[in-house]
Amino acid sequence: MRVPFQYIIRNLLVRKVTTGLTAGGMALVVFVFASILMLDEGLKKTLVNTGEINNIILTRKGSDTEVQSTIYRDQASIIETKPIVANSVDATPLLSKELVVLISLQKSNAKQQSNVVVRGTSTKGFELRPDVQISEGNFFRSGSSDIVIGSAIAKEYSNTNLGDQIYFAQRLWTIVGVFDAKKTAFDSEIWVSREQLMQAFRRKNFSIIVFRSTEKQSINTIQKEFDSDPRLSLDVKLEQDFYKDQSKALSKFINILGMTLTIIFSVGATIGSMITMNAAVANRTNEIGTLRALGFKKIEILTAFLIESIVLALIGGLIGVFGATFMEFSDFTTTNFQTFADLSFGFVMTPIIALKALIIATLMGVIGGTFPAFHAANLEIVDALRSK
Amino acid sequence: MTTPIVEITDLRKSYFRGEQVVEVLKGINLKVSEGGFTALMGPSGSGKSTLLNLIAGIDKPDVGSLTISGLDISSLSENDLAEWRSNNVGFIFQFYNLMPVLTAEQNVELPLLLSDLDAKSRKSRSRTILEMVGLGDRLDHYPNELSGGQQQRVAIARAIVTDPTLIVADEPTGDLDRNSASDVLNLLQRLNSEAGKTIIMVTHDISATHVANEVVHLDKGELISNEASNK
Ligand SMILES: Nc1ncnc2c1ncn2[C@@H]1O[C@H](COP(=O)(O)OP(=O)(O)O)[C@@H](O)[C@H]1O
Ligand SMILES: [Mg+2]
Repeated sequence: MRVPFQYIIRNLLVRKVTTGLTAGGMALVVFVFASILMLDEGLKKTLVNTGEINNIILTRKGSDTEVQSTIYRDQASIIETKPIVANSVDATPLLSKELVVLISLQKSNAKQQSNVVVRGTSTKGFELRPDVQISEGNFFRSGSSDIVIGSAIAKEYSNTNLGDQIYFAQRLWTIVGVFDAKKTAFDSEIWVSREQLMQAFRRKNFSIIVFRSTEKQSINTIQKEFDSDPRLSLDVKLEQDFYKDQSKALSKFINILGMTLTIIFSVGATIGSMITMNAAVANRTNEIGTLRALGFKKIEILTAFLIESIVLALIGGLIGVFGATFMEFSDFTTTNFQTFADLSFGFVMTPIIALKALIIATLMGVIGGTFPAFHAANLEIVDALRSK
Repeated sequence: MTTPIVEITDLRKSYFRGEQVVEVLKGINLKVSEGGFTALMGPSGSGKSTLLNLIAGIDKPDVGSLTISGLDISSLSENDLAEWRSNNVGFIFQFYNLMPVLTAEQNVELPLLLSDLDAKSRKSRSRTILEMVGLGDRLDHYPNELSGGQQQRVAIARAIVTDPTLIVADEPTGDLDRNSASDVLNLLQRLNSEAGKTIIMVTHDISATHVANEVVHLDKGELISNEASNK
């Protein structure tokens, strides 16, 4: 391409308003596109990071969520004696039998109530998940109606200060602590003493069991071992995979929504760029004729206008990506319809997302610029020179 | 007679205006000698620009032969013709046709981008030529910061920067006041007499014919006389 780059850039700078508007349209599309990808990334990060390496979660065969799952007491006793279960510091099995229920709670900024996971657990539950740390107040005392709440719950629901009381299962529970779970799904949960939760909900059985495995065995080997015992009809999963799988449907939904929005908006922005570039060609017909007369070839005119269109789109793209990075400062809460519980997650920008967003911008520039560039390249020189 | 650089025999060209065919050139025979300065005159619409455009290789004849320095340019492919123009023809237009977003220097450098010269030699060459046309102090000015006469001198610099053998000018003084016009004509005459450039110039201006050594009259697509003034 021998048409000077300065010619392209200066032409964009000279027509500030149309360049601004067109790039603005592109920026909007890229912003939406990048934000959605960031949201999906945030969701994946939240659920993928949830859980500890070597933690195994056991659920009843066929249940996708913890709430649906049931593990009987006699099953639990068998599991506790398995050699695959590692020992805790006090030489008892590092294993947590947990009851997981959903309650509805009043959000501070909305009228409606939302579902929140309440996990009945014990100190073992915390020991198994070292990422979960009390950041304010204390642990719940076992056998009390104390509760500790995740940081996202503290932020988004009303009456969630230390000492506040929450009513569910015909009981008032007192918030004694807030825990920080490093932006994982646990941050959207309430943890209480298992015994108290079982009493309050009149449950005899547990929902799930989490334990630390002694050695890094393949999950298939562990599954086989459990399958060999006819009393145990359980699904065996790495804790991390278990939560990751729960993000699939929501992730798919976010992606479909995002792609739909992106496609609709990008059609508009691409038409906008086509109009802008057509006007640019029309206004510079005489210049095009002059360049051709001087000896610039058709392909060089074509390339110059295509590059102009791409640069224009990339200006928009960069603005859009830059704007989207500010989404990192905000959180997003929605119902994970696989678990029916509310889940809070952030927007996470990655280089791949930025790259994808700029590719989308480039594509819009190419599509919007192709027709005008071909038109410019195929003008008859004498006709172009006769135009004023 | 010196060797002809332009040789035109029975050249015809028509344009379509809707369904209608407009015969613009109706069989032109013309020779322009190397180093000559030819003024092409005639009423408006007589086909002067069309003839000039054919000679400059930005338009193609329907019929007839058109050889420049022995090369039949009507047989060249579009890309070869573009290449040929960049090496052999310098263009000067009535409305200067400078790129408004480029400085005087960048405008002059433009045709050199099609040559093999490196950036440094392109720059120094553009500067030298601009100094030659008296605009050494206007290198960084944009066209809209220059007067008409100055813009036309930038355009002349752009036309000669590649050192072409043939310069075509279509009413180069048509948009200028008397003083600027005579500056431009003097410059063209110097290019012709001192640098030996062959110049073909379309003009309406009788005074412009004094710098030429040959005046050709066109009327309704036909050459009506071919007087040599031989000063
Ligand atoms: N590219 C073109 N398409 C259609 N008609 C043209 C074109 N170029 C010139 N003409 C017509 O040919 C005639 C001669 O034009 P031109 O050569 O520009 O005349 P002049 O330069 O002598 O004024 C005019 O009637 C003009 O309208
Ligand atoms: Mg004309």
